[in-house]
Amino acid sequence: MRGICKRFGPTVALDRVDFDVRAGEVHALLGENGAGKSTLMGVLAGAIAMDTGAIELDGRPFAPGHPAAARTAGVAHIHQELALAPHLSVAANVMLGIEPVHDGTLGRLGILDRSELRRRAAAALARVGRADLPLDAPVARLGIAERQLVEIARSVAIGARVVVFDEPTSSLTRAGVAHLFELTKALRADGVAIVWISHFLEELRAIADRCTVLRDGANAGTFALSDVRDDELVARMVGREIEALHARSARQRGEVLLEVDGLTLHRGEVLGIAGLVGAGRTELVRAIFGLDPVRSGRVRVRAHGGPRSPRASWRDGVGFVSEDRKGEGLALARTIAENVALPKLPSWPTAPALAAATSASIETLGVRCTGPAQRVRELSGGNQQKVALARLLFADCDVWLLDEPTRGIDVAARAEVHRLIDGLAAGSSGDRPRGVLLVSSQLPELLAVCDRIAVMRAGRLGPARDVRDLDEHALLEEALP
Amino acid sequence: MRVVLSRLGPLLGLGVVWGLFAAAIGGKFSSWENQRLMLLQTSIVATAAIGATFVIVAGAIDLSVGSAIALGTVVIALLLGTGMSPLLAAALGIACLGSIGALIGRLVTGRIRLSPFIVTLAMWGALRGAAKGLGDNGPVYVDGKPWLMDLMQNSGAGRFLGAAPGVWLTIALAVLAAFVLRATRFGRHVFAVGSNEETARLCGVPVARTKLTVFLVAGVCAGLAAVLQLAYLGMGDPTTAEGHELRVIAAVVIGGASLTGGEGSILGTLVGALLMTVVDNGCTKLGLANWVQEIVTGAIILVAVVLDRLRLRRS
Repeated sequence: MRGICKRFGPTVALDRVDFDVRAGEVHALLGENGAGKSTLMGVLAGAIAMDTGAIELDGRPFAPGHPAAARTAGVAHIHQELALAPHLSVAANVMLGIEPVHDGTLGRLGILDRSELRRRAAAALARVGRADLPLDAPVARLGIAERQLVEIARSVAIGARVVVFDEPTSSLTRAGVAHLFELTKALRADGVAIVWISHFLEELRAIADRCTVLRDGANAGTFALSDVRDDELVARMVGREIEALHARSARQRGEVLLEVDGLTLHRGEVLGIAGLVGAGRTELVRAIFGLDPVRSGRVRVRAHGGPRSPRASWRDGVGFVSEDRKGEGLALARTIAENVALPKLPSWPTAPALAAATSASIETLGVRCTGPAQRVRELSGGNQQKVALARLLFADCDVWLLDEPTRGIDVAARAEVHRLIDGLAAGSSGDRPRGVLLVSSQLPELLAVCDRIAVMRAGRLGPARDVRDLDEHALLEEALP
Repeated sequence: MRVVLSRLGPLLGLGVVWGLFAAAIGGKFSSWENQRLMLLQTSIVATAAIGATFVIVAGAIDLSVGSAIALGTVVIALLLGTGMSPLLAAALGIACLGSIGALIGRLVTGRIRLSPFIVTLAMWGALRGAAKGLGDNGPVYVDGKPWLMDLMQNSGAGRFLGAAPGVWLTIALAVLAAFVLRATRFGRHVFAVGSNEETARLCGVPVARTKLTVFLVAGVCAGLAAVLQLAYLGMGDPTTAEGHELRVIAAVVIGGASLTGGEGSILGTLVGALLMTVVDNGCTKLGLANWVQEIVTGAIILVAVVLDRLRLRRS
């Protein structure tokens, strides 16, 4: 892959990335969340169209228009979320899209050659060391590790030249990992080129030959793993100068607003939660807010304990901005006013009443729109996010739970969100200070905006520490498994 | 201006279709007498469709309306047969369909979340069966002439302010429903749940209660439609209102509602119901065969939805 570029709107996801993987090697791909690993592999697998650049496969130009074309050409991408049809049998899943048909007229009519299908599926399963899997059982009945093997068997069945593993060990047991390693080595010995995406440095050392570090969408170096130390790799991943972010106003720390086991949020502070994707940060804030049930432990909002629900949270002045803006955060087909006012509707919420009640919040957030009656769907990503934030302002929340509030919005909107958070904590223009709990994958953002940061790793929350004692390097090292 | 135009889109369509028939047929179509008839013919489907608007705006669907109306006519006719006062009989009939609606809502929001399509498909069959069983496989005649039967009286003395009392009942229900949908918390919750259930939950909207209420409302409206149907037929009939579930959905959709929820209005629904009546009536007056009417109605549903999509894409 040479000079691959990809923009999503105003954000540059890939900036002239060069990347190569040889037949018979395992090549690790490293980088922080959002560094461009998934985008790069998406381009290779035909799921994402590159803007500029060129790819060669076995010495020939290769430009897959869609995933099926890439698969036919021999590129298999095994995602973290497996792409299997749960109701179909193991054999049908292995041979999905490459079902053999009979010879002659029957074949032209698309009549399946079932015995050939089973034979080839069995051969592929034998190749991945699981000839014992029942061909006719629906995939839904298999465990997670077995499902992954079904998907690997599929890439064997299509005769893949390149196999991309995206965090393949994240949901495997120790034994499952060992088997996967053996299998990967066998594929490598057969001359398959393997790309291995993972955060686990230890794991990479066990399996990979070379590694490439991506940072902010650019290639930050390719190394033979034997030539490079762990801390050098971490330094490459962090790399950048801390961006000039919004200056911090003077803050006055007040009383405790929120108390969760091992974590307190005070009025007048921004508390950051760092960690890798899947470390449990989102689950934590959702549980605090009451969207997901709390199995054990306690959440106290000011004096209130007891069971939480979104309804109770809003009533107690706790608001939440979801990381999934389109899926959960906003009702896109409805108006800005309805979206903002939904947690605290006035008693007679006619359109004019809603517009009047919400216009101040919408204005304070600087949502660029034709008016409160505009549909949220018509706004840009940054403005949609401001609508989600305006909801908390409208509900006059004291505790702001923000999950990745700057994800997928442009630089200008991001700066505005940072300014808003700072203003909330400082209590700008005579308003009382609030408390903000900020979950973010952007370490520079956390370091610039927060007063204290706690790191989550594999579902466990570390102690919150003063931001002055922290830097990106320390946070990343604590976050990595 | 454009907002107003798009709001009035279906109404404009109705005007155009009405004008075309009026021009083609003349007085026999555009007479007051015929308008009164068309309003009468629309009122039953429109009454049920007002309830269905709540269901569809909430992102659900109800396929049991036709069967529910049939069951309602049978139940009320049987109650009248016991010598019960007409008002009480009608109220009990409406309560019966209302509680069936609540049962549907309970099944849809319960611990095992069943899809509204499946639950109401089952009710579509079961309620029709119940109506036949209660009616002993035939119509239930009502002795005497309780005042309930005058609701759909379209001639001289029976009329109230120029139309059948049932038409006024439908209009009153529509005004009330439009107010509830647009100016109450419950109405906003219905829109929010239909547009994005996850967002509604995040914002503390009682999602399950809202959905349950929506089916309860639809049941009560079906009950009112059953009262009108009974008055129209003069008897309880377990085989009546067959296919009404689809006419009701068509009316709501022609009126600009989205089957994925979050959009729709009572005014639109009324216009949709009227449009179908105008087409039926006009085609009959033109001497066109029944099958032509049915094809035209189908085409209108498609055209209405395509126009709606185009409007949304432009904005």
